[in-house]
Amino acid sequence: MKHEIRICGFGGQGVITAAVILGKAAAVHDGLTALQVQSYGPEARGGAARAEVIIADHPIGYPGITLADVLVAMSQEAYSRYHRAVKPGATLIIDPDLVFQRDEARPVVPVRATKIAEELGNTVVANIVMLGALTALTGVVSPEALLAATLESVPARFRELNRRALEAGMQAASG
Amino acid sequence: MSTHRELIRRALGPRVQFVQGDDACAYGAVLAGCTFFAGYPITPATEVAERMAEILPRIGGCYIQMEDEIASMGALIGASWTGAKVMTSTSGPGFSLMQENLGYAIMTETPCVVVNVQRSGPSTGQPTMGAYGDMMQARWGTHGDHEIIMLCPASVQESLELTIVAFNLSERLRTPVLVFIDGELGHMRERLVIPEDHEFELWERPRATDRAGYRPFAPGPDLVPPFAPFGSGFRTFVTGLTHNEEGLPRASSATIHDQLVRRLAAKITNHLDLITRYEEFYADDCEIAIVTYGITARTCRDVVEEARRRGIKAGLLRLISIWPFPEHVVARWAERVRAMLVPEMNLGQIVHPIREAVAGRCPVVLHSRIGGELHTPAELLEALEALQWQPA
Amino acid sequence: MATGLRIKTAAELRTSYLRQEMFPTIFCDGCGIGNVLNYTLWAIDEVGLDLDRTVFVSGIGCSSRLPGYINADGLHTTHGRALAFASGVKAANPDLTVIVFTGDGDGAGIGGNHLLHTIRRNMDITVILVNNFIYGMTGGQSAPTTPDGGFTTTTPYGNIEHPMDVCELAKALGAPYVARWPVVSPVQPVKSIAEGIRKRGFALIEMLTPCPTAYGRYNGLKALEQIWRWYREQTVLIDEWEWIEQFGSPEERERLRGKMKIGIFQDTERETFEDRWAALVARVKL
Repeated sequence: MKHEIRICGFGGQGVITAAVILGKAAAVHDGLTALQVQSYGPEARGGAARAEVIIADHPIGYPGITLADVLVAMSQEAYSRYHRAVKPGATLIIDPDLVFQRDEARPVVPVRATKIAEELGNTVVANIVMLGALTALTGVVSPEALLAATLESVPARFRELNRRALEAGMQAASG
Repeated sequence: MSTHRELIRRALGPRVQFVQGDDACAYGAVLAGCTFFAGYPITPATEVAERMAEILPRIGGCYIQMEDEIASMGALIGASWTGAKVMTSTSGPGFSLMQENLGYAIMTETPCVVVNVQRSGPSTGQPTMGAYGDMMQARWGTHGDHEIIMLCPASVQESLELTIVAFNLSERLRTPVLVFIDGELGHMRERLVIPEDHEFELWERPRATDRAGYRPFAPGPDLVPPFAPFGSGFRTFVTGLTHNEEGLPRASSATIHDQLVRRLAAKITNHLDLITRYEEFYADDCEIAIVTYGITARTCRDVVEEARRRGIKAGLLRLISIWPFPEHVVARWAERVRAMLVPEMNLGQIVHPIREAVAGRCPVVLHSRIGGELHTPAELLEALEALQWQPA
Repeated sequence: MATGLRIKTAAELRTSYLRQEMFPTIFCDGCGIGNVLNYTLWAIDEVGLDLDRTVFVSGIGCSSRLPGYINADGLHTTHGRALAFASGVKAANPDLTVIVFTGDGDGAGIGGNHLLHTIRRNMDITVILVNNFIYGMTGGQSAPTTPDGGFTTTTPYGNIEHPMDVCELAKALGAPYVARWPVVSPVQPVKSIAEGIRKRGFALIEMLTPCPTAYGRYNGLKALEQIWRWYREQTVLIDEWEWIEQFGSPEERERLRGKMKIGIFQDTERETFEDRWAALVARVKL
């Protein structure tokens, strides 16, 4: 078993945080092998951000992803750049409010993560909504592991918000 | 009242974590008993300093951010002479600045650990991208004749473990030890299991016990002199000048210089059994070998497995200790294989001592990659396949 | 100014504090560095320092050889870096007394940045900076302190650079204790070194020290009596200096040009790095 997941968007969306939480869920709570790498521009906000997570049940050698099993695109630029770099049958999850132009031949799962997060009261949890959706769709980590990893990664006063963001994401994916 | 070991455990947090290579180096240092860190921020090594700044005051140690890397290395040596286990971390430009004081630590037999999270150069280069551009600077960067010890982890877990080993070697042999990772590994997160105290050894520097007739640089039977910390009444004079066994300057004596510098080198080369570390895959029937180190070795492991599936008798020699160069290990492989592929994230540095060790017994082909990206499995497999047509 | 000084003879000091096997020293005839050592030992004797708990740190240069002669822990480091090494010693073991010998080239030139930051942190270190206006060990090249127009082997036509006033710099940076004295009289230097050692925080004592071999040779200051007279004539006490600046005649003010201000530039209190670090540890330790 080996899942290669690429999460991308722009700086400030919490793309890297999402990848770290996913990796932590797998490595710390599900007892799997996981590896996370990232790349970002020199800016603290804005610019392109990309994070990759590999989850496996065996040691991971090459610490990178060529073709992804799962792509989460949270910006048009991210989608345009990476939607072809996926394996056949890959799961593509996009925020349709941020990705306007896409290849109609490739099926995607639209998750209005930013809008859902806004409805929950804070757009910063759009990344967590996406993680909920990703987990519901792919099962790469258990929902319990994801919840545990999320809650220990955010400040205490934001735990409830994040828990609701995860649930909303899972619902959005199954709905 | 908690013991110091209990404090360390509490400061490090949960036993299983998902953290970066930089974090793991800091954790390894703390587990090894490091209580002093002096450093200067630099991408991609800053997280090592950040972790030390968080942890050290919580366990009663000391973190000091110096004005530059020259000062960091100086403060490190000063602190080590009080008896503390000490570490700094940096990247290429900072490592360049540390060279003079690194030599001072060698000459004065001062234990210290230097982590270099390498990035590309020359000069400012690509600050956020990984590279292995300082492999030769590590060996020959400081002026004068010397030996150096350098370890190259390939994973987050190994970053922790080899940092402990680095402290052990540094204390035991009273010499600086380098832990060299790169920006990719430094910023890569993996599962890290913090080992229990019974799962690793801790070595301490040999201590002087008797003040009467104490000669601070008179070597013990293993060529390492017993150490007396500043303030213990042994009244040690430490100088970077050529010195006699009393520690007093004898800069014009050819004999004393010859004896001192040869002993400093020999105390390291006589202990290769303690230092040399490597990992072998398919050594028994290997025909085409990959010889590499650091993060690149992970990719090579995948490549060798894939090559085996394709019927190529490939193997991998992963060097973990780079300096002193494990010449005998490479030479042993050279006896058996038809060719060696050496992937490096530089324009070819460790390929040179490899060629020296191979001494013409088989072709040694460099596969160089610079620019901040790792070698891909596909390109290395292609390179390996091309080599299988080497005549036996 | 009662100093309470009980003057020990050179022989007494030598047996109490020095490494016999290191003699003779490397210093030239007429060099003032030996005086600085002498004054330091008197000050140490007066303070009653335990040499088992005192570390002498230095960089590279003539004055940086001093720790080698003192029978205590000594760290003779790389050029310019004494304060960085000393900071490491002091930060790692604040119970030790740390005294740094440095020169003008070592401390203000190549090591200038460490001087700024060691003062900024207020490390509890006493620095005795021997200023002889020149790089003596390498044969007499210009230093950051070489006077305007001064001749050295690298300013053969006279120095065109403005010299650095290390004491004014240290004062501006907030060093708790700053003093400058010529070596020509022992009383004030001994008192200042003792005060510097007792001061909790960074103390700088700049010693104006003749170098007959290099600076003296190129600037007509070779004969001992002539040199010492020159130091007396060229230095003006701070109080007097300020009085002249404020109330002096134009001729008196003109006579200050090129002269050096001496005395205690600053004597204040400021929290040290070590105390602040200890407080931080007390706050966050598990």
